Amino acid sequence: MSKIHVTTKVNGDTVEFLADPRETLLDCLRDRLGLTGSKEGCGTGDCGACSVTLDGTLVCSCLVLGAEVQGREIGTIEGMGGDDTLHPLQRKFIEHAALQCGFCTPGFLVAGKALLEKNPNPTEEEVRYWLAGNLCRCTGYDKIVRAVMDAAAEMRGEAA
Amino acid sequence: MAKDEFKEFKLVGTRPDRPDGLDKVTGRARYGADISAPGMLWGAVVRSPHAHARIVKIDASKALAMDGVKAVVTRADFPTGLTGDAWNLQENTMAGERALYDGHAVAAVAAISKTLAEDAARLVEVEYEILPHVTDVDEAMAEGAPVIREGAADATVPEGMHPNVVKYMEFGRGDIEAGFAEADLVKEHTFKTEAAHQGYIEPHACLGQLGEDGKGEMWVCTQGQWYIRKMCADVLGLDGAQLRVTPSEIGGGFGGKTTIFMEPLPLALSKKTGGRPVKIVMSRSEVLRATGPTASASMDVKIGMKKDGTITAGRAEFRMQGGAFPGAPVDMALYCAFAGYNVPNLEHVGYDVLANRPKCAAYRAPGSPMAAFAVESLVDELCRELGLDPLEVRMKNAVKSGDQASYGPKFGSIGLVETLEATVAHPNLQAELGPNQGRGVAVGYWFNHSGETSVSMAISEDGTAQVSVGTPDIGGSRASIALMTAETLGIPYEDVRVNVVETGALGVNEPTHGSRATFASGKAAVEAARQAIGEMCRRAAKEWGIEPEAVEWVDGAAQPAGPNAGEFPPMTIAEIAGKMGSTGGPISGHHESVPEGVGASFGAHVVDVEVDPETGRTTILRYLVVQDAGRAIHPAYVEGQYQGGAAQGIGWALNEEYIYDDQGRLQNPVFLDYRVPVASDLPMIDTVIVEVPNPGHPYGVRGVGETGITPPLPAIANAIQDAVGVRVRQLPISPPRLLAALKAKG
Ligand code: FES
Ligand code: FES
Repeated sequence: MSKIHVTTKVNGDTVEFLADPRETLLDCLRDRLGLTGSKEGCGTGDCGACSVTLDGTLVCSCLVLGAEVQGREIGTIEGMGGDDTLHPLQRKFIEHAALQCGFCTPGFLVAGKALLEKNPNPTEEEVRYWLAGNLCRCTGYDKIVRAVMDAAAEMRGEAA
Repeated sequence: MAKDEFKEFKLVGTRPDRPDGLDKVTGRARYGADISAPGMLWGAVVRSPHAHARIVKIDASKALAMDGVKAVVTRADFPTGLTGDAWNLQENTMAGERALYDGHAVAAVAAISKTLAEDAARLVEVEYEILPHVTDVDEAMAEGAPVIREGAADATVPEGMHPNVVKYMEFGRGDIEAGFAEADLVKEHTFKTEAAHQGYIEPHACLGQLGEDGKGEMWVCTQGQWYIRKMCADVLGLDGAQLRVTPSEIGGGFGGKTTIFMEPLPLALSKKTGGRPVKIVMSRSEVLRATGPTASASMDVKIGMKKDGTITAGRAEFRMQGGAFPGAPVDMALYCAFAGYNVPNLEHVGYDVLANRPKCAAYRAPGSPMAAFAVESLVDELCRELGLDPLEVRMKNAVKSGDQASYGPKFGSIGLVETLEATVAHPNLQAELGPNQGRGVAVGYWFNHSGETSVSMAISEDGTAQVSVGTPDIGGSRASIALMTAETLGIPYEDVRVNVVETGALGVNEPTHGSRATFASGKAAVEAARQAIGEMCRRAAKEWGIEPEAVEWVDGAAQPAGPNAGEFPPMTIAEIAGKMGSTGGPISGHHESVPEGVGASFGAHVVDVEVDPETGRTTILRYLVVQDAGRAIHPAYVEGQYQGGAAQGIGWALNEEYIYDDQGRLQNPVFLDYRVPVASDLPMIDTVIVEVPNPGHPYGVRGVGETGITPPLPAIANAIQDAVGVRVRQLPISPPRLLAALKAKG
């Protein structure tokens, strides 16, 4: 099948790739652009390990086709921190031991960031429902929820 | 060793950032599917859509005719003549004469892209002759059930049993009939649990390369690089040492990545393409259909209790199917069944049964959760009927250090009593319960494990230390091993780097399983550090011109052991390391053994639930895990193990199950339908770390990973009975099942 040429922005950089029309955005990020931070846990939109933002909206990149992202802006885990700083969520995940195997972590961080941009002061319940599309099999979510709440408090300028 | 013999530690028991944290929050950590190689091909697997079928013919000509398709392998490409476990592994990797379950691999394809490999796999034509199948354990051992493999039974199986029974066991003690006669109340019921999948979020992935010369390499997500090296070598007829296996970061395993499923296929395909590297990444549905879930179980339990709560006798008869191959953990289940109780009269009977399902793999405390569901549910029923407090009854019958375990050996130091005391004291037990709310308790057990262990440690020129371990880090073991090494050497935690190394770098290590990494690799790392300390003391002694015995190691430096040894200022590790080139060469330590002194672990869980009588849905309101860690090296990751185990147990109790249709096809091979708990399903999970140090480990470690999955199954069933007065003896207690039970009760 002939491939489609795609030009798009990933984490602020303009990139180009050739996509098989059936390839997902996740495949293209991982296999065409070498951005393997986004993970495939299911390929069916059920686990959130592939979470990225598309023009600022949180999506499962396994449910978007690579060919669809012409001229769009994509944000992935690789672009989450600054050049030499971590996003507060990244720091808090380490501090709270909110990861065990770490496979779900990029997805939770991308989804958590999208939450805090929408709602800087979420309740525990809001955090749990927002993150209900992200599966973690290791942690039981306790420390993940705490890390997100703590990062939110820090970003609001409240002492933990 | 009593508790107070443990001096205060500087690092052990603290909560520093984990060494691999930065890589894992930035997306840099490289998991199984994240590596590619020059010239790499992609593989895809052709799988049987039938539960049981004769493979009449495989025609790959159409697939091979496609541009870019490089190779197809079938069983004909594998060596013949294997026996025992090696044959089982080979047969599971690639079906021979028959496909034995829905999802069983029958062929594999390599092509220049992933999509092409998948297209080609669809063009491989397989002609099947469908055979009768069976997926339920009780049906599989009933008369007339289709025979899955003639002659698979071992010598333990008495004559006259169905050929699907492949292993039989019985053991016990005392006089069981006299024991039941002594009881004031005897109850007997049948309990059932469905198969649950480990559900690691990372699907299996393997990049393999194998040349004509029999030399190969693998990059693979695994819990045990040496174990899978041996398995792949056996299945493909290779020499173990010619295969170099590098473990990637691993996205969860829980026992399911201690064995092989498709891992030999990239190697087999690679060999057929002149040694090009081949990558296979499983899809989620392949993971659910064709990698090890746990066994399903049907269990009869009978227990006798006196009015005062004393258990006089217990009998457990467990039947488990672990798929189309031997290996259901019925032995472990029976050993764990009554492990928490001091019961004089016991009888255990077990059957390992074949069925047309995927080959089961270990899953966190294999066998123990099922056993606990049956026994701890029945103990609760007895307590209820006799009007006894369930925690007091557990305390009354609790095993203590030195007691004879229900499965034979004498317990070393154990902390069940301390665990129960901490449970009773917890504020969650005082929380008020409303209508349709109930509280359940249960106890769980795991032996913990040691196993072959080899660790090397080397001091760098600047006095920092690197530790090479063979146990992949799944939940923070780099952090705990770094803490123990740094504590022993007397240097900062940050000065230690722990590396998980490939098979070429160390002797054979068992996988990270059985809760052994922090115990066994940790103990070996401490031994290796002590060796290096001995050498550093010798170097200092030589420079000072005194006897090595007159030198001691304090806070990361050599110093004279007392005034008689001479007056020298302490020589730090950095000073000694800085001149090692001129004082005798590299300074390192190495330890290999099967470390002794494993410490078993008990846990007690208390759960509060609310049942919606309209829908049958159960909500977890409060959850408490209390467990004996021996000593928590990094308490945050110990809590994490407790919480993760509890969450998996909650999923198994309430939602997760393998659903087969009448054709024996798995009906729910996606996460949407195989529903594991999500954040909004759970509350915070409260933990109490009990520390009854294990005298068999330099820092008191027991191992903490497994016990936690065991109590949730019965604790939740007990809480549901407390809430709405119905006893459900079959898992999962999903909304439809509970609603039906509520309706039946009226
Ligand atoms: S991989 Fe996209 S949601 Fe699971
Ligand atoms: S940390 Fe392993 S899946 Fe979340």
